[in-house]
Amino acid sequence: MNTNYNISSYCHIKNQQVSLNGSVIFSEESLEFSEFIKAAYKALNTKYPKFFKMDNLSKLAFLAADILLKNEQIDSEKENDIALVFSNSASSLDTDLTHQKAIQDKDNYFPSPAVFVYTLPNICLGEISIKYKLYTENSFFIFERFNAENLMTYSNSLLETNKAKSVLCGWVELEGENYEAFLYLVSNEGTIKHNKQNIITLYNT
Amino acid sequence: MEALKQELKENIIEQLNLEDMSVEDIADDDMLFGDGLALDSIDALELIVMLDKNYGIKLTDPKEGRTIFESINTMAAYITEHRSK
Repeated sequence: MNTNYNISSYCHIKNQQVSLNGSVIFSEESLEFSEFIKAAYKALNTKYPKFFKMDNLSKLAFLAADILLKNEQIDSEKENDIALVFSNSASSLDTDLTHQKAIQDKDNYFPSPAVFVYTLPNICLGEISIKYKLYTENSFFIFERFNAENLMTYSNSLLETNKAKSVLCGWVELEGENYEAFLYLVSNEGTIKHNKQNIITLYNT
Repeated sequence: MEALKQELKENIIEQLNLEDMSVEDIADDDMLFGDGLALDSIDALELIVMLDKNYGIKLTDPKEGRTIFESINTMAAYITEHRSK
């Protein structure tokens, strides 16, 4: 298998900071997640009203992907050949709990359709795919912890078998106020070798 | 009726997460779907839940929604006539 692929961009959102390729591009301390992500959306000039209808996991994934893909000058008006391979540990538990609260009292039973539609983790992949016109392979894995080897093997396989020209992959975890997004783009472009050690090093940056 | 229209606008903005919109941006006769507020199918389901939760109105025929949710005017008129709370 050809493993000569590279990482061209990577993005982190964690600890009330957004960073792109290792440089902090937005920081706002002492804000809860919902306020923080809204402040980041506005500061980073995202301009996508549907963002506010998303659940928190999708907001986190969407914003990280949007920052990275804009940096790569990906045109969201054209179809893009980018596969998505995301992962986390908590699945969609944050939204599952919100939905569960709405249905636990039989005398006050008003489940929200807008909440229910986000009770799967891979919905965030759909949100990114809609914005960037991705009609490509996408997968969302549930791992106990960040699994560089599995992400690397799977994205290499997609590239090697010509399923896509590039793969946006990484980790998008959210549970209450604990959140972390780490996404990176793998293709023939870029200067950072796509190998397990580099993925782990970037993840821990 | 005017108080109900104001309440509906506030609830729609809050429940449907219309972040960049204020009550003043919604005219009583604006189309809620299509060219007006551009609400989508999930928003329509949320409006059905809102009628049930806030006003005790259960829509049994989904086709009714098309005329009821045309505008704030049509919603307010329907609620005034059918509300049980």
